[in-house]
Amino acid sequence: MALLSVTDLSVSIGRLKPLDGISFDIGKGEIVGMVGESGSGKSLTAMSVMGLLPLIGGKMTSGSIRFDGIDLATLPEPRYRALRGRRIALISQNPMTSLDPIIRIGAQIDQVGILHLGLSDAAAKARSIDIMRQLRIPEAATVHGNYPHQLSGGMKQRVVIAMALAADPELMIADEPTTALDVTIQAQIIQIVVDLVRERGLSLMLITHDMGVVAQACDKVVVLYAGRVAERNGIDAIFGEPQHPYTRELIRCIPRHDQLRGSLTGIPGAVPSVMDYPSGCRFHPRCADALDICAGAIPALEQKAAGFAACHAAINAAGKVSAHG
Amino acid sequence: MADEAQAQLPSDNLVAVRDLTREYKSSGGLFSTARSMRAVNKVSLDVPRGKVTGVVGESGCGKSTLARLVLRLIEPTAGRVLFNGADLASLAPAQLRKLRCSMQMVFQDPYSAIDPRYTIRRALLEPFEVQGVALGKGEQEDRLIALISKVGLSPRMIESYPHQLSGGQKQRVGIARALALSPSFLVLDEPTASLDVSIQAQIIGLLEALKQDLGLTYLFISHDLSLVRYFCDRIVVMYLGRVVEILPGARAEARHHYARTLMDSHFVPDPKHRKAVTLLVGEIPSPFNLPPGCAFAERCPAASPLCQRERPLLSEHATGHLVACHHPA
Repeated sequence: MALLSVTDLSVSIGRLKPLDGISFDIGKGEIVGMVGESGSGKSLTAMSVMGLLPLIGGKMTSGSIRFDGIDLATLPEPRYRALRGRRIALISQNPMTSLDPIIRIGAQIDQVGILHLGLSDAAAKARSIDIMRQLRIPEAATVHGNYPHQLSGGMKQRVVIAMALAADPELMIADEPTTALDVTIQAQIIQIVVDLVRERGLSLMLITHDMGVVAQACDKVVVLYAGRVAERNGIDAIFGEPQHPYTRELIRCIPRHDQLRGSLTGIPGAVPSVMDYPSGCRFHPRCADALDICAGAIPALEQKAAGFAACHAAINAAGKVSAHG
Repeated sequence: MADEAQAQLPSDNLVAVRDLTREYKSSGGLFSTARSMRAVNKVSLDVPRGKVTGVVGESGCGKSTLARLVLRLIEPTAGRVLFNGADLASLAPAQLRKLRCSMQMVFQDPYSAIDPRYTIRRALLEPFEVQGVALGKGEQEDRLIALISKVGLSPRMIESYPHQLSGGQKQRVGIARALALSPSFLVLDEPTASLDVSIQAQIIGLLEALKQDLGLTYLFISHDLSLVRYFCDRIVVMYLGRVVEILPGARAEARHHYARTLMDSHFVPDPKHRKAVTLLVGEIPSPFNLPPGCAFAERCPAASPLCQRERPLLSEHATGHLVACHHPA
């Protein structure tokens, strides 16, 4: 059974409906990439799982989120609090906002062990330093006594990751954990996190827009477009045999050094806004494969080869889509 | 003036930068002494005509300062920029202003590059006003339509305001504005960094087509290594204000150890070729307190005592391939 199972999740914020029928699973020990462009609903999906929708005035209007058999959608807040940070941990995009600037680094990590695992101060500190070492924070014992402003961005993000790991979670959600960082630091952090997650057999939901990171780190991929799942597939199929035209085009947008000059064209049009989603398949105005039916009817997420795709063209003409790729 | 100089100095390089330096000083306070750092430190490079020269490096390496120095948007502390053979420093203000028609910049953030209260029409006419180019009513309309069509936007958008456009459309307006005065040289300062991948690819495709059609020369500032490898003819790698390597082509193998790590640190979008990235030890040293030798020595796997002592100079290892390293790979 999957550790996390999201089924038909829809979310509304006021009159807007930014998530519409999201379904996917994350198994134990799996790294699942959530990809899509801005406004596709990646972060909102993460917030839904963390039970943080009320913070932004959002609410689930349908569907279920089950974590290890527990129905998160109906879980009362006190019980959610015991789960959040303890069994499900979040690494957010900006390390600067995850750390309290006036509390020492060490105290912030220790707190997780003290609160969630009931450790003594000394035991929590020893544990924090151990985790910091595993994240290759140099001179971990010294850094433990530092304030956030004394650290670089990359080190701060490692501290945030240490906080996430301190409660020994089963599922980690990393929301674009490296976008604010320099390229060499990004590579280091992704590498360290993926190695640790694999080593400990944790499950990871990795939210990113970097298809290179996805290719190198993930087992499975959920491709979101404008608040819906376009495709769900194994990592090799996503890159080798994409079933949805959007996945195929997204991969074509990655520049490759061995690629012919002038062959990078992008996807025509713009990413639609939640205020103004197109009818039918939301990708149809930008899609080269669009049929007449695409503007009128919402395609269901259907099994296609080893994965799932929500595309009329892919379902109608088996094999046609992948032949383009 | 510029034409005259060009006639004297025929060259394949539209722009040449020589020993360009920009120093910033922090004034001392009650508890600190005044310090200075060089954001750009004796940088020399050539920008060949009709080519794309890429400048890569991490934050703080001086690439954006370099971009502004090349266009003389900020004054250098030392060094020269030659445009078509003419030394920008030797030009009178009026001449420099005139030359600015030929060299323009596309900024990273299309959201802040256009005044939110301006219509697209007004934003595109501004360069003409600044340069005192008087356009007749009909000519104005023709120019605007030509400009906006050139960047793939519909002429109907001319009366729109920036907030009515998507990020990609705004960047297209930014490019149209840069093209308004028919420049020959564009500095592109991370023009796609704030855009979605599908839009980034559109904009890069547009820039490639424009370069072909208009015979433009680009200086492309970026931290996106896969993009630089795809888009650029030559790659200049910077570290802490200095050029550490100039690669003659996008496929050339880097030989400076920092450049190698940087080039290696992008994730290949192919799950069939998974590989561990090289992890750099340590962090970028403070630019206020640089070591006497190679600035990368502390983090370099190949560093020797010589590297701690003596700064390696940029020297040619193969045709057009320059490396500043005592022990190149």
